[in-house]
Amino acid sequence: MRLMRTCKEAAALMIAREDRPLPPIERVALRLHLAICKACPVFERQLLTMRNALGRWRHYTDE
Amino acid sequence: MTIESQLADHRRYLLRFARLQLRNDAWAEDAVSETLLAALTRPQTFGNRSQLKTWLVGILKHKVIDILRQRQREVSLTQDEGDGSEELEALMFKADGHFARPLADWGDPEQELNSRQFFEVLEACTDRLPATMGRVFLMREWLELSSDDICKELQLTPTNLYVQLHRARLRLRECLELNWFGNRPAR
Repeated sequence: MRLMRTCKEAAALMIAREDRPLPPIERVALRLHLAICKACPVFERQLLTMRNALGRWRHYTDE
Repeated sequence: MTIESQLADHRRYLLRFARLQLRNDAWAEDAVSETLLAALTRPQTFGNRSQLKTWLVGILKHKVIDILRQRQREVSLTQDEGDGSEELEALMFKADGHFARPLADWGDPEQELNSRQFFEVLEACTDRLPATMGRVFLMREWLELSSDDICKELQLTPTNLYVQLHRARLRLRECLELNWFGNRPAR
């Protein structure tokens, strides 16, 4: 079974994770990739920031 | 302040969100009118401005879902052809699957995420998504529907939904990096 993921594949998994749970095999593959990649953890933090930002925006009632 | 003038006060805000979600001015007007009407015919008193607003937004969301349901075919059948998503991926990634250029470190923008300026950029970026993609994305992020529910409401296959959400999130990231994180206003 192929466990190595490219950055493009890893990014797609991180995006998918915002909307659905990943299958166990993909979770493992993603964790492996994040452990050896420099760029993808940055991408992961960006997605987290976006998630926080959207949450605040949703409840932002000031005008 | 009479209830009428309080409602008029909130109208613009409600309309902004209805437009962003529905991408159709006439549908948005309908959703907002029905929301304001619901408030008028409900002899309930609201303690303060923000309570009324929260209540109105809750009603608006229901009205918006009703309209999306009624207009399901128009909403899900519109395809954003040649919407630039492939070009964006080609810009972001090299053929071998590596990032084409280093990503910016967005830092820990705790304070900025509460600023009005930031929300304006976020809304503008959301507004710039192609219509179908934008509707689906806001169903997820503003209406807070589950992926299953969105598929059901719009008769979309899960694959189709995830493609739309994937593209929307990639674009939003790109737009925020270009217009905010890579180019923060001086403060």
